[in-house]
Amino acid sequence: MILGLIEHDRGTLNPQSLEMLTLARELAAAGDGPLHVLLVGGEAEGLAADLAPYGPAVVHLARHEALVDYAPAAWAQALVDLIAAEKPAAVLAPGSDRGSEVMAHAAARLNLPMAANCTAVTPGEAYRLTRVRWGGSLLEEAWLRGDPKLLTVAPFVLPDDPAPEPGAAVVRPFTPALSEADLLVRVVDRVQPAGDKVSLTEAKVVVSGGRGVGSAEGFDVLGELADLLGGAVGGSRVATNFGWCTHANQIGQTGTRIAPDLYIACGISGAIQHWVGCKGAKQILAVNTDPEAPMVTRATYAVIGDLHEILPALIAEIRRVRPGG
Amino acid sequence: MKILVCLKRVPTTGARILLTADEQEIDTRNLGFAMSPHEECAVEAGVQLIEQHGGSLTVLTLGPEEAVEQLRYALAMGADDAILLAASGDVDPMATAGAITAAIRERGGGENPFDLLLFGNEAADSGGYQVGIRVAHALGLPCVTGVKRLDVTADGLEVRREAGTGWEVYRVPLPAVITIREGINLPRYPSVPGRLRAKKKPVETVEPHLVGGGPEKIRLVNPPEQDHAVQILGQGPAAVPRIVELLQELRLL
Repeated sequence: MILGLIEHDRGTLNPQSLEMLTLARELAAAGDGPLHVLLVGGEAEGLAADLAPYGPAVVHLARHEALVDYAPAAWAQALVDLIAAEKPAAVLAPGSDRGSEVMAHAAARLNLPMAANCTAVTPGEAYRLTRVRWGGSLLEEAWLRGDPKLLTVAPFVLPDDPAPEPGAAVVRPFTPALSEADLLVRVVDRVQPAGDKVSLTEAKVVVSGGRGVGSAEGFDVLGELADLLGGAVGGSRVATNFGWCTHANQIGQTGTRIAPDLYIACGISGAIQHWVGCKGAKQILAVNTDPEAPMVTRATYAVIGDLHEILPALIAEIRRVRPGG
Repeated sequence: MKILVCLKRVPTTGARILLTADEQEIDTRNLGFAMSPHEECAVEAGVQLIEQHGGSLTVLTLGPEEAVEQLRYALAMGADDAILLAASGDVDPMATAGAITAAIRERGGGENPFDLLLFGNEAADSGGYQVGIRVAHALGLPCVTGVKRLDVTADGLEVRREAGTGWEVYRVPLPAVITIREGINLPRYPSVPGRLRAKKKPVETVEPHLVGGGPEKIRLVNPPEQDHAVQILGQGPAAVPRIVELLQELRLL
């Protein structure tokens, strides 16, 4: 059996879980099947029906009266309990914040190896897998052993398609044996800044700036363009380290990884640290004075020139052509 | 407060990574080295905590003898002493966590002597996402990962991590393990007196007992470069009508 841990926040699915299920289905079809999934927390119950098209034969639902919001060690203990009961050949989680964290807790509890951010697996007695290093600018081929094999799936690499022939998914609730220590670390509060900004990971378009923006004031025009397009503003490590743009908006290996429909990279050279954060974008438009910059040569589209001239002209043109604008 | 920060020495890579002929390592002959970015912020967080609340800051790394450069840098930032677990090549996450756990116990005569253990959320090079959590589990300590804000309270710590456009808040008693994300602070640049003082601070070298667990590296591979040519829409503001057309094609207008 192959077990997939579904990441959700209070019942809202993290779509990276569906990419993980693509790899989990492959492993199940290769002989280690059937595919089961785990949802932790009663608030996730409604997701069982949404997951059925992705092919799980069984949806395990871990419910516990003390489990009301995300608690990493408690999620891991629910996973460990289910592993003991069902003895899967492999357990997969999305390589998201929560997926990585819960899998590492489970690996520590089981004293088993864990492979983070895998992109491909050849099944067998040991798994021969490919995983990403340096945020994706380098690949590692490795052997993974263990009973079960524990791995997370790199975000924005695999498709998130439904199963070709999904069956009916059976829901099986169970109560994990949680200790007080398992519940010590949990989300106790949430802070939401005022305003209804689009989050970087959900935005369809991200307008981002780097060294070429030159100042905090220079970011105003990026914000204006993002607002016009209903998108979000991001920055490179240079821009956030200079304080031109808030660290929460850093795109890159040590910041946020994004996969918007369009990424508009303004004055960003495209060092590896940045590229790995934005390479998931479906289309990239680079605006840069240097036609040889890696960001330009790797982009889908590029405009060569000074962003301080191009962006104001673009904003004026959008206002002119947009109906009612 | 007694604080330990665990950090990693990593090469400072450019736009393309070159590999050694045996495909086991990055070819670092022409590269510099630095502290992994999350860990540099962890050191800064540790220094700020002892400046505000008193106590001591120890830094630890597992790596080659040359990693003493990164330990000295952390000492120059304000750490008090350092531990080098001397090991060459890639050491897997289970072996790394085991060696760090043993070194922590050794420092405390069998028990963890630290109130707070800081790690980076993940190492920049190997990206295993697990060493801090494994050490926390081995020592029976609570652990919060991906932290970008840290405040000391009457009963421990209140920490935050990003979630969407907002923050998740966690409260943990001490001792605890916290893994730090870049952005929690802007690490200071060590001063000249700081660098001079760092030369006299103690660095203890330990030969760790490494018990590997996997995954077992076979080889490193450069990902295939995408085979595509960029489409140049134009030069300067004259390209604006083409950008608008593109936005319309993508249904963003």
